[in-house]
Amino acid sequence: MRVALFATCLVDAMAPPVAKATVTVLGRLGCTVEFPLSQTCCGQMHTNTGYADMAAPMVKNHLETFEPYEYVVTPSGSCAASIRHQHPWITRDYLDPELVDRVEALGNRTYELSEFIVNVLGVTDVGAVYPHRVTYHPACHGTRTLGLGELPLKLLHEVRGLELVELPEAAGCCGFGGTFAIKNADVSSAMLADKVHHILTTGAEACTAVDASCLLHIGGGLSRNRTGVDTIHLAEILASTETDPTVTAANGGQP
Amino acid sequence: MTATAGSGPIPVDPPRATNTGHLHGRPFPAAARVALGDSQLRRNIGKATHTIRDKRAIVVDELADWRELRAAGAAIKDATMARLDTYLEQLEEQVTAAGGVVHWAADADEANRIVIDLCRRAEATDVVKVKSMATQEIRLNEALADAGISAWETDLAELIVQLGHDMPSHILVPAIHRNRAEIREIFNREMGKVGRPAPSGLSDEPAALAEAARVHLRQRFLSTDVAISGANFAVAETGTVMVVESEGNGRMCLTLPRTLITVMGIEKLIPTWRDLEVFLQLLPRSSTGERMNPYTTMWTGVTEGDGPQEFHLVLLDNGRTAALADPEGRAALRCIRCSACLNVCPVYERTGGHAYGSIYPGPIGAVLSPLLTGVEDNTSLPFASSLCGACYDVCPVAIDIPSMLVHLRTKVAALPEKARTPERQLMRALAWVMSSPSRWTRSIRSMGLGRFLARNGRFSSMPPPISGWTATRDLPAPPEQSFRDWWAARAPEDGAS
Repeated sequence: MRVALFATCLVDAMAPPVAKATVTVLGRLGCTVEFPLSQTCCGQMHTNTGYADMAAPMVKNHLETFEPYEYVVTPSGSCAASIRHQHPWITRDYLDPELVDRVEALGNRTYELSEFIVNVLGVTDVGAVYPHRVTYHPACHGTRTLGLGELPLKLLHEVRGLELVELPEAAGCCGFGGTFAIKNADVSSAMLADKVHHILTTGAEACTAVDASCLLHIGGGLSRNRTGVDTIHLAEILASTETDPTVTAANGGQP
Repeated sequence: MTATAGSGPIPVDPPRATNTGHLHGRPFPAAARVALGDSQLRRNIGKATHTIRDKRAIVVDELADWRELRAAGAAIKDATMARLDTYLEQLEEQVTAAGGVVHWAADADEANRIVIDLCRRAEATDVVKVKSMATQEIRLNEALADAGISAWETDLAELIVQLGHDMPSHILVPAIHRNRAEIREIFNREMGKVGRPAPSGLSDEPAALAEAARVHLRQRFLSTDVAISGANFAVAETGTVMVVESEGNGRMCLTLPRTLITVMGIEKLIPTWRDLEVFLQLLPRSSTGERMNPYTTMWTGVTEGDGPQEFHLVLLDNGRTAALADPEGRAALRCIRCSACLNVCPVYERTGGHAYGSIYPGPIGAVLSPLLTGVEDNTSLPFASSLCGACYDVCPVAIDIPSMLVHLRTKVAALPEKARTPERQLMRALAWVMSSPSRWTRSIRSMGLGRFLARNGRFSSMPPPISGWTATRDLPAPPEQSFRDWWAARAPEDGAS
């Protein structure tokens, strides 16, 4: 199966291991992964800050880049949600209403990673080995806007050696919210403080999620407080095997 | 019922809210900072919202057809809004036929003038009040006081707020920010100044506090001739107005005085009696987490020898038609003021209601307040959300609050005074980079150099605007190589461009 990877701007620039892990997992499951280099950003940051007009050229570039592919997979619930639910109205209001059908069609064949593996490939055991104590944060947009529900947990349950510990108040937002973390830094920090507190009560070595953005935020709080607890993207856990384990700061690697 | 095109066009320039002191305040980030530092407030609100949140979840899960009820509630409200003018005239006809008098108020100022005139005609110097958001919105108590008329709140929580010279901080539980020790103190200090004092040796047991309020209020009910209420619903086909409540104090106000004045937002209308079947299931479960509220009072005009002998219904616009005229905003008029969205909101839970500066706080307040005032008078509230979506999940009439917030943010960013902000310049520069694959590739390649400025692989202090982030959070150093450069080096033939 030929699959286009939409890495997201954040992963491309700040968290390449997440995209590499996505390529590894999909490859192991028999997919031929392509990374069209003309991709940039889904425009979500601009859209959610009130600059949908500025996001419009990014939306157009996204359509032109990914339209040739039958499947688009992205390691982000938030960006998948933006592509599916925001790109159509941005196209209608700021690009060309005639393009909306094509944009919607692309949105419908764009999948968040766990959604793609479980619902499209029909796989829950990806052959991963990750012998660590991990807690899972259900990132808001993936859980609520995409309706991922238990999909990421289904994958985690099948990972050999992984001890999954339940996160108290798991459904609570970590406080990232894009520019919210800067425009309302105090409220955002208060939300993060509680999230960090709940993670620490689990005794987990790392917190995982389907979004690198939430993990950047949560990881920022864990690191600032020198908690020794790390963040790891779901893709990185799924890519990890006996012979090629994923190494993070929390399990002996270098940050 | 089906939504049909409205029978009359929406006015070209509908009126905005006036007397807006209770609909906006100082910028949210600054007000929130103060609230976040109040540990008592944080504890009171956190505890109360979690309790109601959990109760709601249990009673909503009991109903197998909740999803259908929610869709029906949204559809009935949408269909009503599509023909609001027709239904409002039908309501006026029915209320008038039943012996009531209907008044039309374009904005807060007009509504307050109407109520003051009615009080003066009844020669009232004191009025009792049923808990009402509409009268808080228009600052009726303040307008009455300026006219020499004292308004006495009779809802227990509103009484606590009024005696404490305070503002409501929640739509349903206005005194949610107070704990029982604080309430005891307010009762002891203030009750005697305005009426029957609190009993000596008052404890902070809820039953004792409620009894003190009951005794204090009883005297008011028996000595006051005019009552003022809001309304939860009004049925167009019968002219019936309805108030749902928990305490029975509302029913005292609605039945004992000679004159009853009801101030009702025009969106409270429902077409038929049968529609109540839906809303009386949605509202109590969503608001107090009860299967049914203890008191439901309904009245149709006046009945000779029973209850108020004079009934006035003030239909309030105050920005509602303007909200209706906004295709992306009109769904906010579905709101039945249950406050389920406040109780699940991670922002509200930590700041409480006062930080919003509007008597409509929380997620629904962050959309409703700017819709009523116009975004130019409420520029920070649309940003008072992480867009987590918890509000949309619990809304009994399926208002997509996160999408509406994004829509309002777009309106704020388009205001003339925002045309040259540093934020806009920065966003424009980023958009310029991010809409071009070659500029993006070069830009993140040069960003990689930033890692030499990091310590131990992280930044702990950055200049504005990133300083807001690094005040409490580290930022990882950029990697040596972006993913796209790694990919291009690995398999250049796979790249599509």
